[in-house]
Amino acid sequence: MYDVIIIGAGPAGVSASLYTQRANLKTLIIYYGKSSLQKAENIENYYGFEHGISGKDLYELGIRQAQNIGVEVKGQEVVNVEQLINEDARFRVTTVEGKYESKALIFAMGNEKNRPKIKGIERFEGKGVSYCAVCDGFFYRNKDVVVLGSGNYAISEVNELINVVKSVAILTNGESSPEFRADNVKIETKPIEEITGKDRVEEVRFKDGTTLKTSGVFVAQGVAGSLDLAKKLGVITKNNNIVVNENMETNMQGLYACGDCVGGLLQVSKAVGDGAKAGMEAIKFIRKIHNS
Amino acid sequence: MNILKLTEECFEREVLKADKPVLVDFYADWCGPCRMMSPIIDEIAEEKQDVIKVGKVNVDENQELAIKYDVSSIPTIMIFRNGIPVKTFIGVTDKTEILENL
Ligand SMILES: Cc1cc2nc3c(=O)[nH]c(=O)nc-3n(C[C@H](O)[C@H](O)[C@H](O)COP(=O)(O)OP(=O)(O)OC[C@H]3O[C@@H](n4cnc5c(N)ncnc54)[C@H](O)[C@@H]3O)c2cc1C
Repeated sequence: MYDVIIIGAGPAGVSASLYTQRANLKTLIIYYGKSSLQKAENIENYYGFEHGISGKDLYELGIRQAQNIGVEVKGQEVVNVEQLINEDARFRVTTVEGKYESKALIFAMGNEKNRPKIKGIERFEGKGVSYCAVCDGFFYRNKDVVVLGSGNYAISEVNELINVVKSVAILTNGESSPEFRADNVKIETKPIEEITGKDRVEEVRFKDGTTLKTSGVFVAQGVAGSLDLAKKLGVITKNNNIVVNENMETNMQGLYACGDCVGGLLQVSKAVGDGAKAGMEAIKFIRKIHNS
Repeated sequence: MNILKLTEECFEREVLKADKPVLVDFYADWCGPCRMMSPIIDEIAEEKQDVIKVGKVNVDENQELAIKYDVSSIPTIMIFRNGIPVKTFIGVTDKTEILENL
């Protein structure tokens, strides 16, 4: 078991880890997929680099800095998080390769939004369109549903639904078919035109004019983002950001969020500062549970 | 603080015919996010006890109500006025956001 797990290896996550690891807390960083930093060609407004530095270099330096002080770093895609009740560990993080438990958890996943731009998705949110299989699968017992996506996150959501609903189909919306086979799961790769229905989702219409009747559309495109994971836990979000107080605490004890995923100034300097605060708070939290 | 346990039997009397606005929390025991909503509902009930009623519907035990009000995601929080749901929040929602709508 880890003291602290940090999801994300950008400036926010690495900065948090520098504090927790140096306070002798067993710290794990898990990261997968692109950081915003990797897309920044040259960072010229961050302290200490006289000629600026490429975002890609800064990102890699950060990860190595964490490793050099003893932080364990794993490049694995996170597909689920759970809160554990009445156990020593309070959080379980599931990646494509394994499950890891910790006493405190820090979200530093950036603000990549993976909401598909398909007509009807927003209109039917809460009326057949869902972003969380564990939360909402129950309402689709004995019904036909689809999961929108093509990656590991989509498959993880399919596995949540498979034993609850009547049937699941994976709709990749033009992406290539995932390496996933199950007898009762159909995979459809045709691009989608629109989700339609009267008051609720009734069918998916593909660009080629064909349709598929469905009661529910579970959205799980790309890599699970901070909002997806927040939803599974019951962490409050507002305007597509995780809500935190000035100490980076969320509404869930032991869970912190920092960097771009909490909104505000989307800059390296702010992410680093947020990460420091989240790390410090996690240290306090773990000392408190150890002393109690 | 008084939080009503709402059922199919008492829903009409306690919610639809209430003389105050009613905040209704649709939840289930197995639902993790619902556990995070619960303390927020408690706080609102405490602060606003003079002006609103607050109740909870266990969707496992009251499936008809969930179907009737088209609940397909929990927690769902609804504000009823004069027997009509006038505002719906889906998912764990900030206290201030709910208070602004009361
Ligand atoms: C084109 C561009 C130019 C920019 N230029 C500047 C600039 O000049 N100056 C400046 O200060 N800022 C700039 N920024 C902004 C800056 O890059 C961000 O503010 C900063 O990177 C935020 O850090 P973060 O740690 O919050 O998130 P990120 O750096 O985005 O890191 C997110 C981390 O989460 C991980 N992650 C996400 N989802 C998962 C998952 N499901 N499983 C596992 N890991 C996951 C990712 O792998 C990554 O490690 C720029 C951004 C862009 C896009």
